[in-house]
Amino acid sequence: MLHVQNVTRRFGAKSAVDQASFSVSGSAFVGVIGRSGAGKSTLLRMMNRLTDATAGEIVFEGRNILALQGADKRAWQSQCAMIFQQFNLVPRMDVASNVLHGILNRRSTLATMFNVWPEADILRALTILDRLGIAEQAPLRAEALSGGQQQRVAIARALMQDPKIILADEPIASLDPMNAQVVMDTLRRIHDEDGRMVIANLHTLDTARRYCDRVIGMRDGRIVFDGTPDQLTTSVARDIYGADDSFNESATSTAIPADTAYAETMLA
Amino acid sequence: MADLAFAPTPEKRPDLSQPQHAYVRMVRQKRVYGANLLGGFLLLLATGFHVAETRNAGDFLSGLPMLGAFPSEVLSEGWANRANVPGLALHFIPSLIETLNIAAVSTLLGGICAALLALLSTRGLAPFPRLIPVFRRTMDALRALPDVVIALVLIYVLGGGPIPAVMAIAIHTSGALGKLFSEAAENADLKPVEGLASTGARWGQRIWLGILPQVAPNWASYLLMRFEINVRVSAILGFVGQGGIGADMKVAMQWGQGKYDEVVAIFLILFFTIVVIDRSSDWLRTRLTKGAHHG
Ligand SMILES: Nc1ncnc2c1ncn2[C@@H]1O[C@H](COP(=O)(O)OP(=O)(O)O)[C@@H](O)[C@H]1O
Ligand SMILES: [Mg+2]
Repeated sequence: MLHVQNVTRRFGAKSAVDQASFSVSGSAFVGVIGRSGAGKSTLLRMMNRLTDATAGEIVFEGRNILALQGADKRAWQSQCAMIFQQFNLVPRMDVASNVLHGILNRRSTLATMFNVWPEADILRALTILDRLGIAEQAPLRAEALSGGQQQRVAIARALMQDPKIILADEPIASLDPMNAQVVMDTLRRIHDEDGRMVIANLHTLDTARRYCDRVIGMRDGRIVFDGTPDQLTTSVARDIYGADDSFNESATSTAIPADTAYAETMLA
Repeated sequence: MADLAFAPTPEKRPDLSQPQHAYVRMVRQKRVYGANLLGGFLLLLATGFHVAETRNAGDFLSGLPMLGAFPSEVLSEGWANRANVPGLALHFIPSLIETLNIAAVSTLLGGICAALLALLSTRGLAPFPRLIPVFRRTMDALRALPDVVIALVLIYVLGGGPIPAVMAIAIHTSGALGKLFSEAAENADLKPVEGLASTGARWGQRIWLGILPQVAPNWASYLLMRFEINVRVSAILGFVGQGGIGADMKVAMQWGQGKYDEVVAIFLILFFTIVVIDRSSDWLRTRLTKGAHHG
C-alpha cells in the first residue's frame, strides 16, 4: 500500500535522508529508530509533506504523494495525520476546538474565522476525547493540561482526521515514563482497534521492541535495518546507534515501569 | 578581573594604587574620547547656527522675542472674550469628530494592509517565501513617504476633502505598522502553525488560529499607538486643506485679530481630546500586554 522509493532529502550538501526505500502493506505498527540526527523526523515530515523531498517517490494507493501540490497536497495531509514531540496544539484554545482542527481541511476559512462547527462534528470530537479518557478536559485550554494529556489531545485531533496513516514523531520523548506508557498504549490500541497504519519515530530501543510489529533502523540518513523486533539484537542495535563495545541498552531506554495498573485505569 | 580576587596566590592580586592599572587606563581613554566628541558636537552646533543665521531672512536673535508675541496676543484676546469659548468649543465639535474619524478610518485601513504585508514578509509564515524581500522593500518605501507629502500630492490630484487624507495616512501607516507587526510575528511560536499544517489546513486557517491569537495583544497595542499619532497627523493635515479641526484652526488664525477666541477654543478641545486618547490608550495597552503575560 505504501511504497517509499529512493527518497532523498538534502540540506545544503548534507543528506538528512539518503535513498530511503521500504514498503508497508496492511495496517502495520512500524517503529523507526536511530540516534538523534539520523533523519527520522525528516523522513516522517516528507511523508506528511511538511518538508519537501529532494528526490524519490512515496506511492500510496497508486499515487505519488510527493508530487501533489496545493489543494491535493492538503487533502493528502488530512489523510495522513501527524503527532509531534511537542504536541503542536494551539495552546490558548480549548481542547475540543483543538480536536476539531483535525477537520480544517474540509472547512472554509470563513467558517474557521467565526469558529462555527457542525454539531455532528462537535459530538464526534467529544466521543473521541471520551475514548481517550480526557472528555472532562474538553472545555479547558490546551495549555492547562499535563504533557501526557496534551499528547492525547493531539492523538484525538489525528483521529478526528479519520486518517489512513498516523505518523508520530517521537511522541513520548518529552513525557515522563508513566505518561509515555499511556500514550504508547493509546497509539497501539488505535492501531489494533481501528486497523490504522502507524509509523512512529522512537528514540528508545525498548519502546520499539515492545510496541512495534516491525522496526526500521536509520543511521546517517540511510536505512540500515528493517525487520521484526526479534531480529533487533544488541549487536544490530549497536550498529544502528553507531555505538562502540561499551554500548549499553539502558542508555536508549525510557524505562517504562512494569506496573501497568495506572495506565490501565487511565485507559479504562 | 573577578577571578583574580579568588586566585590561590594572593600576590597576584592587582595593585590598585598603581595608576597604570588597565582599568584606570581605560577610564582615562574613555574620558578623552568623550571630551573629543563633545568638542566636535559643539563645533558642529556653532557652524550650523552660523549657516542658519546668515541664510535666514530676518535676524534670528532679534526675532526671538517675537516668538512670545503671537501666543500672548491670542491668549489676551481669548481671555477678553472668554465667555464665548465654551460655545465656540461646542461649535467645533463636528470638525473634531471629522478629524478623529479620518484618524480612525485611516488607522484601520492602514492596519489591515500592514497585517497582510507583515504576514507576507515574515519568514516561516509567508505563502510566497521568494517574494519576502519585495514585500519588505514595499513596506520600507511606504514608511519612508511622510504622510504630509503624500497628502499634498493627493490633494493636487484628487482635490481636498477627507478621502485624500485617509489615503495619505493609511499609506504611511501600513508601512510603519507593517514593520512592527512583522517583528511581533517573527517571535511567534511556530509549533501550532505546524500542527495545523499537518492536518491540511489552508494558509488563512493556519494564520487565523495559529498566529493571530499569539500576536493580537502586541498588534492591538501598536495599532492604538498609531491611532494616537494619526489623530495629530489628521489635525495637521487640515492645515494643508483636508478639512476637520485643522482647517478651522487655519482659517481662524489667518483671519487674525477678532477670531482668536476661536483659536483658543479649538486648541483647548484638541488638547483635551489628545490627552484623553493618550491616557486611555496607555491604559488599554498596559492591559493588553499584561494580559498576554498571564496567558
Ligand atoms: N530544516 C533543516 N535545515 C538544515 N538541516 C536540517 C533541517 N532539518 C534537519 N536537518 C538536519 O538533517 C539531519 C537529520 O535531522 P532529523 O531528521 O531531525 O533527525 P532525527 O529526527 O533522526 O533526530 C540532521 O543532521 C539535521 O541537522
Ligand atoms: Mg527528530
